[in-house]
Amino acid sequence: MIDILYFAWLRERIGTNRERLETTAATVSDLVAELEARSEGHALAFADKTSLRVAVDQELADFSAPLAGVREVAFFPPMTGG
Amino acid sequence: MRLSVQEAAFDLGAESNAFAAAVSGAGAVVTFTGLVRDNGGSLAAMEIEHYPGMTEKAIAAMMDQAMARWSLADALVIHRYGRLAGGEAIMMVATASRHRADAFAAAEFLMDYLKSRAPFWKKEIGADGAAWVAAQQTDEDALRRW
Repeated sequence: MIDILYFAWLRERIGTNRERLETTAATVSDLVAELEARSEGHALAFADKTSLRVAVDQELADFSAPLAGVREVAFFPPMTGG
Repeated sequence: MRLSVQEAAFDLGAESNAFAAAVSGAGAVVTFTGLVRDNGGSLAAMEIEHYPGMTEKAIAAMMDQAMARWSLADALVIHRYGRLAGGEAIMMVATASRHRADAFAAAEFLMDYLKSRAPFWKKEIGADGAAWVAAQQTDEDALRRW
C-alpha cells in the first residue's frame, strides 16, 4: 500500500489531499499512468507533467524513481516558499 | 541552529534579539524577513499550504548545508503557514558569523533554497477570487549560483 498525497492545485483538481493505493507500479511514472485513469480530476491534474514535482518518502525525486519499499509519494506544483 | 514551522505570528524584534543574544563569538548577525505583499490593497489574504514532515526535513537539510559551507556561529529559520493578511511577516532567516561575509552569503543561500526547495505553496485571495502563486524561473535560476 502506498499513501499518495496531493498539494496546492493538484489537491483541488483531484478533490482530495490523500488516497491509499494498492499498486504494482514500478516507478513514479507508472504510478502517474495509473492515477490518471482514476478520474477526470486526476487526468486534469496530471495533464501537464512539466509543471509537476514529486517527492518519494518526503525527498524530492524524479519521475523515473523506483517505488519498491516506498510508503509515501507526494505530487505538487513547483514550490513557492520564502 | 533552530527551525520553526508554525501557524502563529512571530515577533521579529524579539526573535532577532534572542538570536543575537544567544550567539557567542560572532561579530555579525544578518536577518531577512519576508512579508505578504498587499498588491496595492487588492489582497484580502494569503494562504500558505505546506507538507508537514517534509517541510522540516527539507529546511533542516538546507541549514546543515549552510552550516557546513560557511563559517557560521548559528542559524535560525522561522516559516509560517495558514492564512495571513497583507503586511504580515511570512518568514525570517537569521545567520551569525565572525565576519559579515559568511552571514550574508548563508542568508542568501537559505533564502534561495527556501523559495524553490521547501514544500510551501502560496495562494493569493483577492476581491475577484483566488490564485496560486506561480513559481518564477528567476527563482530556479538563482539556485545555480550556489
